[in-house]
Amino acid sequence: MKTYLGIDLGSTTSKAVLIDDKHNIIGRGITNTRSNYEVAAEIARMEAEFNSRFTILLRRMKESSSGEVDWNHLVALLEGRFHYLQFEERFAELKNAMLEQANHASNGVPAAEIVEIIRSACNDVETTVKDKFFNNKVSSTSEFFRDLFSEPYMHAIQHHERDLFDHLVAIYDRCITPVENQLIEFNFIDLTEQALDFMPEELRSLRKEVAVHLSEVAAINLDPADFIGTGYGRQLLPFDQKHIKSEILCHAMGAHTYFPGTRTVLDIGGQDTKAIQVDEHGLVTSFQMNDRCAAGCGRYLGYISDEMSMSVGELGPLALKAEYESNICSTCTVFAGAELREYLNLGEKKENILAGLHKAIVQRAFGLLARSGGVRNEMTFTGGVARNPAVVKYVKQLVIQNYGDITINLHPDSIFMGALGAAIFSEAR
Amino acid sequence: MLSRLEGGEMTVQKENSMLKQKQMLADHFMELSQVRETGKKVVYTFVPGNLTELIYSFDMLPVYPEINALQSGMRKKSRDYIREAEDMGYSEDICSYVKCDIGMMVQGNIGPTGQQLPPPDLLLLSYTGCFVFMKWFENLKHLYPDAEIAMLHIPYQEAGRIEPDHIEYIKEQLRTEVIPKLEKVSGVKFDETKLGEKLDLSAKAEDLLIEIFDSAQNRPSPIDAYFGGVYYIGPIFTAFRGSPECVDYYEELASEVRFRVENKMGPITPDGVLKEENFRLVVEGPPNWTHFRGFWKLFYEMGAVFVGSTYTRVGGVYDDGFRHSSDDPLKSLAEYCLGCYTNRNLPQRIDLIERFITRYHADGFLVNSIKSCNSFSAGQLVMMRELEERLQIPVGFIETDLVDPRYYSYSNIKNRLDSFFQMLEQRQIMKRRMEAVV
Repeated sequence: MKTYLGIDLGSTTSKAVLIDDKHNIIGRGITNTRSNYEVAAEIARMEAEFNSRFTILLRRMKESSSGEVDWNHLVALLEGRFHYLQFEERFAELKNAMLEQANHASNGVPAAEIVEIIRSACNDVETTVKDKFFNNKVSSTSEFFRDLFSEPYMHAIQHHERDLFDHLVAIYDRCITPVENQLIEFNFIDLTEQALDFMPEELRSLRKEVAVHLSEVAAINLDPADFIGTGYGRQLLPFDQKHIKSEILCHAMGAHTYFPGTRTVLDIGGQDTKAIQVDEHGLVTSFQMNDRCAAGCGRYLGYISDEMSMSVGELGPLALKAEYESNICSTCTVFAGAELREYLNLGEKKENILAGLHKAIVQRAFGLLARSGGVRNEMTFTGGVARNPAVVKYVKQLVIQNYGDITINLHPDSIFMGALGAAIFSEAR
Repeated sequence: MLSRLEGGEMTVQKENSMLKQKQMLADHFMELSQVRETGKKVVYTFVPGNLTELIYSFDMLPVYPEINALQSGMRKKSRDYIREAEDMGYSEDICSYVKCDIGMMVQGNIGPTGQQLPPPDLLLLSYTGCFVFMKWFENLKHLYPDAEIAMLHIPYQEAGRIEPDHIEYIKEQLRTEVIPKLEKVSGVKFDETKLGEKLDLSAKAEDLLIEIFDSAQNRPSPIDAYFGGVYYIGPIFTAFRGSPECVDYYEELASEVRFRVENKMGPITPDGVLKEENFRLVVEGPPNWTHFRGFWKLFYEMGAVFVGSTYTRVGGVYDDGFRHSSDDPLKSLAEYCLGCYTNRNLPQRIDLIERFITRYHADGFLVNSIKSCNSFSAGQLVMMRELEERLQIPVGFIETDLVDPRYYSYSNIKNRLDSFFQMLEQRQIMKRRMEAVV
């Protein structure tokens, strides 16, 4: 099978997309961008490849079986279990590393006691994460190994007194980065077979049907005929210059592929915002990017979520509950944090402050849009921040206010637009 | 010039014109350093709308603070000078030329050749669009309380054309304000014939300069009209316009350019002759001086050549036929000042750039916006958008500074230029595909 690979190494997440020669996406992979870019890119690629195999498996199952079975649901369950098994391998590494650290530790508390606490916390983590994967409660685009582990781990240790708690957090902090940067090879067929064993009782009878196709699907050569890397970290990829392309062009091409009428692309990523003007071929005619300051990007939301002790994913939905938007004047992330604390001290509701912060981000992005020539026709909103519902709300509001009734495109794949564009450029070469 | 080695390989030596320019500058700064002995009087003045021929007709010597500032930037001295000025209370947002110049003066006024520059006997301000000029000279007046000061106010071409009243207004100021001051300071009587002779020499150099600029119509372009352009405009925009040496310089340069046209050679970069011309660009805004070579390299290593630039018009626009002339010397000076790029309104500037883009067959238009320039960074986005719409040409925007190294962010510039070049490349690929289909 002829495939093409696009990798978008962003400042927060790394994305990979595998397409066929008709530009259809067959697989997506995403991971957090860690200190080791090469590992991040490779993991994203591997995930895209596994996801492709599940896509193909699903296709085959649908073609060969009678219409009775809901294969979409079944393959999704299987893929969730597959990811859980992947989690388990890295989890075992992390647990060992942490126990090792605990053995060397002496902080007034006997090492044996610390070992015991870690063991018990890890058991809690395992149970929680298993439940998440088995019951489809994991968001594949925003929860990565680090998040999956840390949330239940922190929960399990939070009742310990300050010194011990800090010590337990320090042990995790020391171990997570090296474990996260380990490249673990997974065998698709072995892991899928194990995943089949975890399928609900009543579905085990389908095992044979799946097994027929599994070895064939696993054997398909998905090595890309060509590939292109893009994104903030593209220069750090171990790729030749001809395999590297600017994310401006890739985002525009990704948006154009889904929405050919697109003339303006607004992309809000982790640390930059881009306003891009494109022509009818998806080619860029001009663009503007934020310079010197990352206020108004994903990192800004990350900072605000830390300030409010919430997860980033909770911010948008809470902001939607606001009665009005508190006026946030500052365009600087750090100063916005100060304004936020001031409002909280004055007793302002979190919802209203958050609404104000979200609006401030969008207003900043609109400054860039105006600099790039405004919104001329259909606009497509891409990047990780496009999944925040409050940001989307204000983008729509401000487009109508400033440019009138213009179509705004949003796609569930918005975070993959850059990688998709890169894959398309690699095919079109 | 270029010479062929036995193996047939080209080797690049410094071109004669460059050596000649270097010598001209050395002589000029030497002369400036000796004014105490020679008794010559010194005039500080600005490049846009400079009255160099008039100054020389009184046998006085000009000094250009902007040129000293850019030289300080190139010689990595500007950071220190700017810090000095900021310590004195100048704000971070003020034009970095001003701060660099003030800092240099306070630290002993050592010029680009390492020799001390003499203090001004006259501060001659020709005001051509940059509103900072007036404050700059007000500040210099405090530093040099003994210097005389004269101002020539040039009306902005708000309506996009030169009116007869404009000319009369300027001639009147020259007769009643500028010339009497020059006479007073120099002790020399104004000689219109002498001025006229210099203006005719200016016109000769101006004809040659336009021939050089127009050589960019060739493929490959034999000149780089931005980075190389800085050298091409050196003599005519500064202390040499109106002199026989200036004409000699441009004759030399023109013959070098003709040679390159005949041999289908690209412009000369610091790394030798540009081998392959991939992109032809027109640019608005001055170059960055603190990282001049590195900035240039970002372009030539991509095979990008500038075929037109507005920066090479700030000291005079000769593209629409204007030449200095002895017919009515004061009128000629007035027309020159009025026509400077900095004195033109936005629609005129856009039209001029459009002419460059079409005349020199550019693939893209780039703006290098200057962080500390409030006079001319304004309006650049409007220009960009207008040109993009009029010509359907890809446009790019980067930001640097004149001489404040704190505003030169290599990775930001590189990132934007990467995207810009890829935009141009993608367009070329598309064009080739369409041609193949046809």
